[in-house]
Amino acid sequence: MIEVENLCFTYPNGKDVLHDVYLKVQDSEFIAVMGENGAGKTTLIRHFNGLLKPTTGRVLVDGIDTKKSSVASLARIVGLVFQNPDHQLFCETVKDEVAFSLKNFGYPEEIVERRVRGILETLDLTSYIDSSPFMLSGGERKRVALASVLVWNPKHVVLDEPTIGQDYQQKDRLRNFILQLNTQGKTVIVVTHDVEFIAECKPRVVVLSRGRIVGDGPAVDILTDESLVNKASLVRPQIAKLMSSLSDTGLPANVIDLFTARTVLATELKRA
Amino acid sequence: MEGRANRGASSLPIIEMRNLTFTYAGVGKPSIQGADIVVEPGEFVVLTGPSGCGKTTVCRCLNGLIPNFYSGEITGTVKVANLDVTRTSTMELARHVGFVFQNPENQLFSLSVERDVAFGPENLGLPRDEIRRRVDWALEATGISHLRDMAPYELSGGQQQRAAIAAVLAMKPRLIVLDEPTSFLDPRSAQEILDVISQLNKELKITVFLVEHRLDAVSRHADRVIVMDKGRVVLDGRPFNVYGEEAWLIGIGVPKVTMLFHLLRKDGVSLESVPITVEDATEELRRKLTS
Amino acid sequence: MSMRIFDGFKFTKLPTPVHQMDPRAKFILVMSIFAVCLMFSNLLVLLIVFFAQIPIIGLGKSLRRWSVSMKGGALLATLIFVMNFLTGTTLIYSLAMTVKFLALISCFSVFFMTTSPDDLGLALENVGLPFTLVFTFTTAVRLVPTMAVDAQTVIDAQRSRGLELEKGNFVKRIRNYIPILIPLIVSAIRRSIELAEALESRAFGASEKRESLVTLRMKLSDYLTAAGALTFLILSVYVYFYVKLPTFEVAFRLPSIWPWSYT
Repeated sequence: MIEVENLCFTYPNGKDVLHDVYLKVQDSEFIAVMGENGAGKTTLIRHFNGLLKPTTGRVLVDGIDTKKSSVASLARIVGLVFQNPDHQLFCETVKDEVAFSLKNFGYPEEIVERRVRGILETLDLTSYIDSSPFMLSGGERKRVALASVLVWNPKHVVLDEPTIGQDYQQKDRLRNFILQLNTQGKTVIVVTHDVEFIAECKPRVVVLSRGRIVGDGPAVDILTDESLVNKASLVRPQIAKLMSSLSDTGLPANVIDLFTARTVLATELKRA
Repeated sequence: MEGRANRGASSLPIIEMRNLTFTYAGVGKPSIQGADIVVEPGEFVVLTGPSGCGKTTVCRCLNGLIPNFYSGEITGTVKVANLDVTRTSTMELARHVGFVFQNPENQLFSLSVERDVAFGPENLGLPRDEIRRRVDWALEATGISHLRDMAPYELSGGQQQRAAIAAVLAMKPRLIVLDEPTSFLDPRSAQEILDVISQLNKELKITVFLVEHRLDAVSRHADRVIVMDKGRVVLDGRPFNVYGEEAWLIGIGVPKVTMLFHLLRKDGVSLESVPITVEDATEELRRKLTS
Repeated sequence: MSMRIFDGFKFTKLPTPVHQMDPRAKFILVMSIFAVCLMFSNLLVLLIVFFAQIPIIGLGKSLRRWSVSMKGGALLATLIFVMNFLTGTTLIYSLAMTVKFLALISCFSVFFMTTSPDDLGLALENVGLPFTLVFTFTTAVRLVPTMAVDAQTVIDAQRSRGLELEKGNFVKRIRNYIPILIPLIVSAIRRSIELAEALESRAFGASEKRESLVTLRMKLSDYLTAAGALTFLILSVYVYFYVKLPTFEVAFRLPSIWPWSYT
């Protein structure tokens, strides 16, 4: 469980970024942290593995106070996948790149070998095992970065803006993969402002605006709340807007994903 | 949606790409193959397709980055504003074609918006008062006159992209090419930027060639959507004609309301037109539900 | 922590008289202080020069960041003191050298903190340097804080994969920086390519003659500052040659048994 209590954070240069944030994430939960650029989302998640320590308040990860723990030890249970894979790729082969973290954590050679092959297969990267990560396409590099974090099987996985620059098919695959991770029992936290993506996976949504939590609830409630959505510089998903404009005809207004909308409308229209 | 007839049928196309094939130096296979793209002045064209389909390569062929910056093998012809791109310098092309990149950070050079917008005209060697006129006009047209003294890092992503557009606008191009300008922006800023671009297209009659994944936000402004896949142009037409099963199978982000209608058709519901915006969909469905 | 010293040289936009001073006048001021610092070895004079800068820094609302660069330079300053003292010079002289160093850092620090790279570029153009060269310089200056942010992100990303920078022997610690340097270099290269593309697209280099929108203009206050700085310099030269200064010399030095000390 990740517990954030009365967290306030100010950067050394004086910028006040987080104010009184209170958040509890249960094990195996799937949550989306959403909000405008500059709301504090990236700052918040850097507290989960101890990269940043609270100015006031505290953050507990599985009961451990992050202030009293090193990043290396917290990283074993919280895997943070950064937005831009180019900020971490440095090895000659994809195999070395993925093995890097395992070597840092002190895993023995045979386990490293096995784990690396395993995660590359899961992410459909086996053919690139001996390729240079720099020669891969943008989408492939993102998958390598993901593999290099998942390889040590962290209990909690945090993804920072995983959908930026991805096309529709890649996002579809990503969505399925995230849901799979969650089914395996991992806690998954996704930082994003991609409402259409979130509308299709329907996690719990936490909305951050100017450093404060302004909304916390199921996606269907949060993403249909027009004033909340506006406050956080987001937009309502297309389906939500559609169903809301048709709510006077008796249709349910809290539908945000495509397939539920299809089912509801098909039944209604066939009846009409 | 006005037809193309209103835009002066006698004028030459502003983009004329015929059977263009380009292979980057050192790469095995071509990035674009046999591409045929013709754009008339004043059109708002959206180019989309899965990652790696050749969209960025096409854009680079429009302002001279190919072949002047990126070398490789070209066959076929590409003419922009009636200039042969393979024989014209980027400096010359920059007077006719503006290019807005994905990342606002690396296309703003100065510590004030005003100086950034002046950068292009300064490079062209224009006299000071002409530069001043153009800067004021470009800031006004993109709605950021009040931000002229701010530094780029003080601006939000959406404001930065507006500054980038103003900087390009100040060179008075006839065509503006934008390569995924909303990638790094939140949904609200993305919508605003697309509205600004649409306004420039409608009011100033500047041709817009926009590469975009967010088809739900941009379709309402587009006259035409071109879909590429694996280096080839696969679909080209009005949005409602393009957003069908084939587009979906290629893997582009067809607007959800459009997909919804295709799915409902499959379920046996009879629907006439195919909506591309929420408003069109609402109207259509309301009619069906209350009939 | 070691990154913090750069804060003392980073430009921040503030509406102070020092910021608004013409960069050429500022440059003359800084060069005068620089020349005076180099000339004198007298502790009293150097202390006056050092402390005289503080009101200027205060006027530029940059005291906090200046103190950061002072802290950053403290290590080097101590080193200078120790090196001087251990080689047998007097305590006062060693102190004077330390103050000279700090005064020099201060005057450059205040210059870069209060002058925007753009204005610096305009000043250099004025002097006659070619535009492409000036642009290279201002872009480099402008990119320093951006690269610093990148560096921090890379460090964060690698630490999140279990990299521990503080652990290990000397050799291991050097090797630990490879995962930091390579992504940083790659990032810098990508950034340069994007910048170059954008420059090409904005007709960079299209015309030999180039009029810039904004021009530098010296106000009365700028002329007065420059005049004042030059007067100060001339007076200092006079003092150096003709005036006997009180020296407060204390003959405290390390025992002359040390083989390298001089009496």
